[in-house]
Amino acid sequence: MLRSLLLRRVTPWISEVRSAAPKALPGGHRYLSASASSIDSELGTQDERESMHFDLLVVGAGPAGLSAAIKFKQMGKQQGQDLSVCVIEKGAELGAHILSGNVLQPTALDELLPEWRQDEACPIKQPATASRFYYLGRRWALRLPNPPQMKHKGNYVVSLSEVVRWLGQKAEDLGVEIFPGFGGAKVVYGPSGDVHGVQTNDVGVAKDGSLKDSHIPGMALTARATLFAEGCRGSLSQHVMKRFGLREQAGAQPQTYALGVKEVWEIDPAKHRPGLVVHTVGHPLPWDVYGGSWIYHMPNNRVSLGLVTALDYSNAYLSPYQEFQQWKRHPMVTKLLQGGTCLQYGARSLNEGGWQSIPALSFPGGALVGDAAGFLNVPKIKGTHTSMKSGMLAAEAAFNAMVKAPAGSRAPLDLSAYGTSLRNSWVDTELHRERNIRPSFGLGGGLWGGLAYSAVQTYLLRGKEPWTLRHRYADHEKLKLAADCTPREYPKPDGEITFDINTSLYRSQTNHEHDQPSHLKLVNPKLPEVVNLPMYDGPEQRYCPAGVYEWPVGDDGRRHLQINAQNCLHCKACDIKDPLQNIRWTVPEGGGGPSYTVM
Amino acid sequence: MVAVKRVLDYTARVRVKSDKTGVDLTNVKMSMNPFCEIAVEEAIRVREAKGTDEVVAVSIGPRQAADTLRTALAMGADRALHVHTDAEVQPLAVAKLLAAVARQEQPQLVLLGKQAIDDDSNQTGQMLAGLLGWPQATFASRLELDAAAGTALVTREVDGGLETLRVTLPAVVTSDLRLNEPRYATLPNIMKAKKKLLAATSPEELGVDVAPRLQTLSVEEPAKRKGGVMVASAAELVDKLRNEAKVI
Repeated sequence: MLRSLLLRRVTPWISEVRSAAPKALPGGHRYLSASASSIDSELGTQDERESMHFDLLVVGAGPAGLSAAIKFKQMGKQQGQDLSVCVIEKGAELGAHILSGNVLQPTALDELLPEWRQDEACPIKQPATASRFYYLGRRWALRLPNPPQMKHKGNYVVSLSEVVRWLGQKAEDLGVEIFPGFGGAKVVYGPSGDVHGVQTNDVGVAKDGSLKDSHIPGMALTARATLFAEGCRGSLSQHVMKRFGLREQAGAQPQTYALGVKEVWEIDPAKHRPGLVVHTVGHPLPWDVYGGSWIYHMPNNRVSLGLVTALDYSNAYLSPYQEFQQWKRHPMVTKLLQGGTCLQYGARSLNEGGWQSIPALSFPGGALVGDAAGFLNVPKIKGTHTSMKSGMLAAEAAFNAMVKAPAGSRAPLDLSAYGTSLRNSWVDTELHRERNIRPSFGLGGGLWGGLAYSAVQTYLLRGKEPWTLRHRYADHEKLKLAADCTPREYPKPDGEITFDINTSLYRSQTNHEHDQPSHLKLVNPKLPEVVNLPMYDGPEQRYCPAGVYEWPVGDDGRRHLQINAQNCLHCKACDIKDPLQNIRWTVPEGGGGPSYTVM
Repeated sequence: MVAVKRVLDYTARVRVKSDKTGVDLTNVKMSMNPFCEIAVEEAIRVREAKGTDEVVAVSIGPRQAADTLRTALAMGADRALHVHTDAEVQPLAVAKLLAAVARQEQPQLVLLGKQAIDDDSNQTGQMLAGLLGWPQATFASRLELDAAAGTALVTREVDGGLETLRVTLPAVVTSDLRLNEPRYATLPNIMKAKKKLLAATSPEELGVDVAPRLQTLSVEEPAKRKGGVMVASAAELVDKLRNEAKVI
């Protein structure tokens, strides 16, 4: 009861954060009216054009989306009702846009496909054998006791791209139709405002907007229920959350994010310890920036490593990509990587809001699953098992709703049973227990305050404390003016352990058809030159891990924002961190983006 | 008839295997050879211009080659034939297999990509024409079929410029980059493609020996590029060319 009282107190404050124009920016800029509503409304349409109809439509073929599709088909087989499932995926193939640490907790997988342990083709083979936790100084490392959340017995070190490819095969075997290379560009609404499905994007549109010979208009995919499994900060999911007021409905706090930058290396076999799981905190991040790194030893002499930097950092000069390179310069990491080869690189944003930020999950005609809603267990840095479970629960609710609905009924499906079942499941229990850890880092004590609170919370309180700490601000509001920040020193890359962005980008194999309109839309194209550059020194050139945003000097001697949309890794950092929320990430032509195979 | 090959995607980055026997293809993205896509597109355009009734796509390779054929079907081919083999097939073997298929299918026109981006051989189309005894027009940048007259006018891109040939049908034509821009496969076509006929056969059924005639001795990465050096004078340049680079 106390919990709901506290949540209700938070609600009036939520409506302030809701508008795209924050009222009290440092420096008090009141002229911003970066109203994103025009771009947002472009994401909805009632035009059903040429359409294909299914029973269940899943947008996004990640762990959540595929688990939902598989569960739906399994229920169909059990109950003798074969309903159709279609999954669309913006990546060129399954797994292409999947990036994760990943130490997989098989809880949800054991429920979904218990025979996975006997499946030869399943790439989940390497058990986690040992865990280590370090606090890093510039040149030294202090081994700390493993927090209980970091115990990995029963978990597996995997490449999530490979796991998703395998899951996709399982889904296809069950009769799920999967279409890679097609992104959901707009939500299709019915006349009464319920969700009918999505529309894929037009292809063959030139950079200037004219239609090329190869132009084919997007197609509407309609379904009785649509599950949005787009991943963290999914574009349609964000739109749907605004349209139906899903955060406000649940009294949820704003979502807060982090940017994870990752590489997979093949290292010297003598240094390789299969199943070793290492986490570090401390260097190079400043004490007031939440984040940490990981090193997971995968099979085949491969190592997955990376740095997660919370996006609520305030220093306009901070670059998560450069911090990652800096972390690699630590002797512990350099020693590990020397003599090895970097195979792939990538980046993605993660949800760190946890339990407090979970919005209402269903709306007429659909629901949100996976990272699109935000089920990451932050202290464990594990979200795959919770995402998969959310997909399974949503599929159950959708299937039951369809089977119960009177034949031929056109009423929108009500998937609220999914929200209820999720709140009653182990996902909610798990996330609730850890809900105060991440926000405790923002209480003023930075890393040390957070670690201290987390220790108390983990060993003593175990999540039973009656209070729930709040995420005070949305990430983009925390950025300070450049004049109030100290520039960070980032040495030049050495080309062996540390690399420049272009070399790294090459390894992400990212590519987009270059003759298409930029998918990164500026709500107000003039704002970057008037605000971002003079006030914040163009933070987008620093937080983007793909070098999409540059400020070259033009012929007129002034700097102009150049958007190299072709480099985009689909990480969504710009959508999250732009101080004026002026940058909107939208879906490019399907099939573009990174090509992760072992990430 | 159009022949397609499944190769590594043109955007994929590859590494050489540590034992130097070849390139590491595990977990690498594969797709249809870009020149084969152009060939498929041209075949469909010929059918749309009523130059022919049917487009048959053929591919030779392991089980996954069927995915490439499904892409061809999604682009608009009418049916597909998969010559299933897990053995390595070199251009001569491919040409022999395609010749066997062509003798069965009796097409008016065989379209292929000019070369595959994995081996860059640029041999299959030419050898196929030789085995069948048919005219060949390679590096086509323009194709005009005159079905009534039984000929085709093909513009070829050659080193000196553009050459136009009139060939009698049946003929073999290989596509070059500027022949056309392949269409996107639309969702409804991808779905329809699943229902189109994809037949399978094997080299044994066609009576072709696919034993390799060439043996790869080693595969190495290109030498790492060294930084350039600025020289202060012409004399120093000559000295470096003679004593360091040893080219004069």
